This record gives sequence, structure tokens and C-alpha cells, in this order.
Amino acid sequence: MTQIKKMQNPMTKYQTLSGKLLIRDVHVLDPAEKLNSGLHVVIEKGKIGSIGKAAPDGFDGEVISAGDALLLPGMIDIHVHLREPGREDEETIKSGTLAAASGGFTAVACMPNTDPAIDNQEVVNFIREEAKPLLVDVYPVAAITKAREGKELAPIAEMAEAGAVGISDDGSPVMNAEIMRRALEYSKMFDIPVMGHEEDSNLCKNRHMHEGFYSTKLGIPGIPSVSEEIMVARDIMLAEYTGGKFHVCHISTRGSIDLVRQAKAKGIPVTCEVTPHHFTLTDQAVESFDTNTKMNPPLRSADDRAAILEGLRDGTIDVIASDHAPHSIEEKEAEYIYAPFGITGLETGWGLIVSELLDKKIIELEDVYRLCVEKPRQILNLPVPRIKTGDQANLSLLDLRTAWRLSEKPSYSRSKNTPFGERPLKGRSLAVINKGMIFRNI
Amino acid sequence: MNFKSGHLLGLEYVERDDIELILKTTKSFREILDRPIKKVPTLQGKTVVNLFFEPSTRTRISFELAEKRLSADSVNFSSSTSSVKKGETLLDTARNIEAMKIDMVVIRHQSPGAAHFLALNLDANIINAGDGAHEHPTQGLLDMVTIAEQHKTFEGLRVGIVGDIAHSRVALSNIHGLLKMGAKVTLCGPATLIPREIDKLGVEVSYNIDDLIQNVDVLNVLRIQLERQDSGFFPSLREYHNYFGITRERLEKATRPITIMHPGPINRGVEIASDVADSEHSVILNQVTNGVAVRMAILYLLAGGEHDTN
Repeated sequence: MTQIKKMQNPMTKYQTLSGKLLIRDVHVLDPAEKLNSGLHVVIEKGKIGSIGKAAPDGFDGEVISAGDALLLPGMIDIHVHLREPGREDEETIKSGTLAAASGGFTAVACMPNTDPAIDNQEVVNFIREEAKPLLVDVYPVAAITKAREGKELAPIAEMAEAGAVGISDDGSPVMNAEIMRRALEYSKMFDIPVMGHEEDSNLCKNRHMHEGFYSTKLGIPGIPSVSEEIMVARDIMLAEYTGGKFHVCHISTRGSIDLVRQAKAKGIPVTCEVTPHHFTLTDQAVESFDTNTKMNPPLRSADDRAAILEGLRDGTIDVIASDHAPHSIEEKEAEYIYAPFGITGLETGWGLIVSELLDKKIIELEDVYRLCVEKPRQILNLPVPRIKTGDQANLSLLDLRTAWRLSEKPSYSRSKNTPFGERPLKGRSLAVINKGMIFRNI
Repeated sequence: MNFKSGHLLGLEYVERDDIELILKTTKSFREILDRPIKKVPTLQGKTVVNLFFEPSTRTRISFELAEKRLSADSVNFSSSTSSVKKGETLLDTARNIEAMKIDMVVIRHQSPGAAHFLALNLDANIINAGDGAHEHPTQGLLDMVTIAEQHKTFEGLRVGIVGDIAHSRVALSNIHGLLKMGAKVTLCGPATLIPREIDKLGVEVSYNIDDLIQNVDVLNVLRIQLERQDSGFFPSLREYHNYFGITRERLEKATRPITIMHPGPINRGVEIASDVADSEHSVILNQVTNGVAVRMAILYLLAGGEHDTN
């Protein structure tokens, strides 16, 4: 485990909520509490106090006038790579969670492709200990197999007991159907999902972008859609056969979305997530040869993107998750076929949700609650925070109007590999509150 | 980044009027090659580096000759492996070279987009000498020059490109250039070597070489790499030859002579029979000569020259 110089203490970015805080005249949205209107919310010592139509008389604490911002129970991003342990030059638990807080999230689930992998109880414990003092809740996703090699089951029971919320060999597929079957069966005992990185490695080896017109035109070997769909179909069948909970990570093709839609109609326990880059961009973006258009699964065709928007609209897609994948500048600043897959996403996700989904009327605000607050926690069996007097405040305060660019604002991720750095975004997180602390972008 | 911005990255990015200018300029340089003294002072004082990250003999020699005949100073950098494997990035390599005050860079690289990458990051003029399976624009241009020597016009000319289209930078450059000039392009090869959705570029696709031969004026025959057999794109070179090889027997069924081209190096007896390669309709060696002239024209035009070589 390499130790790189410590970054600024993140605790200085988090302020303890020791006194009283009033969020004035904010659009409070919590369908579980039947809240969906302009209200005044008081937070006292980290707990939710009064929620009222009128501002409290003679309030003597700090006041945030949020204008027409949105107050949601804290959003969670269930697919991030925090790179610690192993690649602390690219991201750490501290820097990654600061990026999450700045992006509007109060919780993340982190993927196990660290070095060493999260394939034993000690690494799960390490991550949970590191995250304890931080504002953002960190839920480790454990490996399905030892060293994520797809060969032998990792000690799933021990890791679930230590707090792993799901299992995944993310970054690598489980090619052996027998192992996948056993994983789905074994995980049932703990009611945790198997989160599948769905691709057939024979169909995608040494390939770098979506296979289609643009890969042909650019001469870049392409990853076919069927590479994902074959595995989604297989694992849906295994989920039906075993009764295990199956979650498709970063779904990217029309065929996969159709398969999930059909499976749900049959009552098979399957869910799926999509990334902001897949609902925003298509493979045409690769024409720039910018290595920040290289990720896995790759940016797909315009037709696949249309299917993703349909899936978000009709509820086939359960979750928006970033697949935040930090990489060092020297790795990304390479020739297209040598650059690693992945882009950062925690700090641009909300801006893309507002710009690409809400403003374009693909989804409604209630869907944001479903996609970013409720469903992702239900999939991982986590309690869904509520905006309710007496509860711990776990909140995302989100602006829907500000025009901004990531390049003009402080960025907390240690890595800068994003295609959205210069993109005009609308909507920025203003603050998040959790564990008696507040992080502000204002 | 198109030709007018000072780079030749691919024929996709060159307008028709620029292709016409290049073809016209090439003619003037082609004449120089037939003179007893083949050297002109056009690029005196300019420095060109040939950056070859992939083994190449003929393209590198062709560029070197073009540079020398224009009196440019040229240096070669060859490496069979990418700089990335040595721990240095392509950008570092390029910046180092530029720090030596280079005017133009000719780059051959395994990765599509490598020439774009340099054009974005360096001030020098960049010439793509082949980037992976993307483009090889000087090859596309020399093929067009050679076709123009044999046929009056590109308008309506029927060109067949045969072989491993999927891994060919030559095919893509030919397609872009020929379509812009009004030719009709048909691709032919095993279905495993025809990339998806290539018809959207505006070409036809055929899997039957005998049908194709009935319907073309020019055949551009691509090299078949032995490793394609090993990676299972087709069962054997013998089967490839039997179904797609260009033989005299096949050509005799055509109603009129077909111009035979090949970017080289040729695998005699695989994609093309020896007697076809050496036949009177073969212009394979003309392509090589024109290659030098085209590269002279490109160097000259990118260095800011007008179309007047006198």
C-alpha cells in the first residue's frame, strides 16, 4: 500500500452542526413523508427540528436562504471507485467522499477493484474505519471471487458481517456461469445483491469503444452490444433459477434494457443502474479521440441512449450511479488504445441530471427521489433517510438553476479525467448534511 | 482539424478542393522525379522528423526520399514499441522532439488518433503516415493519383477494394478520398473482415469476388496478414485465396481490363496471383513512384507553398 502525501484535512471542509440552522423557503421533497412543497426546515444539533409553512418566529441561529432550491433526503451514489487501498495518487477515501459531498451525495458504495481487492474482512474493516469520521457514509461492495479472478468465491459471509452491502467483481465479468450461480445462491443468505459487471470477455478483449459506425470510421476495435447483453441474459436466467438478487451495473444497451424490462415483468429479482455519461453522450463523442470518452461499458449508439432515456422514464432503470473512476493524468494522457477505461463522475452527476433529464422533461423531481435516494438504498438494504422531525438530518440541498462549469469551481477529486470539465451544466449541489456535519458549496 | 489548418490527419478531413489541389501539385513534383537531377531547394531550412512507432520500410523510405528531394533536413525516430511501454508518454516524446525546433512531424503509430493527439499538442505540421486501422491519407492520395493516370475522371468510376477492410487504414482513406471525388466504391472480403455499419459511409459491400469483377474499373487489393488467420477471421490462407484471391482466370471473365492496384507489400499467391501482380494492367510500381511525388506535394503544401513549383 503506497502512502502519498496527505491532502488537506477534509474535516476542515466539514462543519459540525452544533447550533441551530434554518433552511428558509426550500422545496422539500420526501414522498415517504408526503412532503412536496415550499417549507422552512430547522436543523438542531444535526437533527431535524421543525418543518413548517411559516418561518419560525425570532429564529436566532444561522439561516440559509435557499431560494427555490430542492431539499431531498441525502442522495447516494452506489457505484464509485475510491482507489484506496492501492492507488492513493488517483483517489482516497477522504478525497473521493469530499467529491461526493461536493456533488450532492451523503453516501457512496465503493467497488472492490482496489489493490488489494476488497476480498476479505480486513479491507472491509479498513474502509469502514477510514470513513467513520467523514460526513459521507461509505458502504463497501465486496468482491464475488478471490482477487476478483472469477475462480473461487471470496469469504462473502465474513465480509457481509463486516458491513459489505453487495458483491461484485466490477471491472471484470464472472465468466464462469457456475461461479455466478453459486454467488447468487450464497448471497441470498445475507439478502445482498450480486452487482454484475456484464460483459463477455471473449467478445471485448483488446477493444476500446462501442462497435458500430463510429468504431468503423475511427478504426478503433469495437466492443459489441451483445457482449453485455449475453451476460445480462445469462444472469437474469440464473437469478430466476436461484432466486438471488441480481443488479446490473452501468447498463448501456437497448438490448440489456429490454431484457431487464421483460425480467421485471416476470417478477424476477433484477434491478439496474445507469451512469450520467451514458444518458448524456454517445459514441460519436469518440471522434475527438479524447481519452476521457473511453470508459467501460463504452459510450453507446444514439439508439442505445434513446433506450436509456425510455428506461429512465418508464422505471425500468432503478438507479443513477456515476461509476466514478479516477485515473492519473499520465495514464489518461495517452494514445486512445493505451489509455485506461473510466472517468470521474461524482462532481458532475447532479448537473447532468438537471441539464439532461429534468430540463428536457425526461424525468420528474419525484423520479430523482426514486433514482438517487430510495431505490439505490433499497437494493443495498439500507435504511432510507427521511425528512422527519427528530430524525438525524441526512439531506441534499440542491440548486436547479445555476449555470456553471466544473473547471471554474473547486474540484475535490484527486483526478481530473472527465469529458465534462468544460461543459456548461445547470444545477449544482449547494450543501449536504449528514452525521451532524454540513458541507457547503455556498 | 482539416488540411487547411496545416495538418494531414486523414482524408475524412480534407475537402474536395484540397484533394484536387494536392493531385494537381503532385503532377508537378512527379515531373521532377523524371529529371536527371531530382532535387529542388523548396524546403531548404525546414526540418522534418519521421516518427515511426511501427515497423515500416516503404512508407518511411518514401517520406525520407520526398523530404530529401525537397532539400529539407530530416531525422528519423523509429521504435517498434510505443513510448508508453518505456514509461515515456507519446506527448513527452513529441515535446522533446519539438524542443529541438522541428517544423513538421510525420507519424506512424499503432493507435488510431495518434496523429490527432500530436496536432492538438504541438505547433508543428503533422502528417499522419498511418494510425492503427484508422487512416493512411498519403496512401489514399497516391492511390488516387495512380488512378487518375489511368482513368479520365473519378466521376462514376467504379473502384473495388478487396480484402481485410476491418484492419485497414488504406481502405478508409481510399473510401473517403474516392467518394469525395465522385467515384463509386464497393468493398469485398470475408464477412468477418468487413466492419459493421461501413455501408453508412456510402459504400457497397459484396462477399462475392466474381460478381465484383464484373462491375469495376479498378481493383485495389489489400494485403492479408498471416495473423488474421491465426486469430480466426478465416480458416486458412488457402481458403482465402480460393474465394477472394485475384487470379488471371477470374479477371479474364471481366468484359474489360481492370486496373490492378496493391498498397504493398504483396503476398504473392495469397491475395493476388503473381501473374496478375506483374500483368500489364498492374500499376503497383506506379503507385510506389507516385508515393514519393504525393509526399513531396503534401510537405510542400503544408509548409505553406502555393501551387507553383517553378
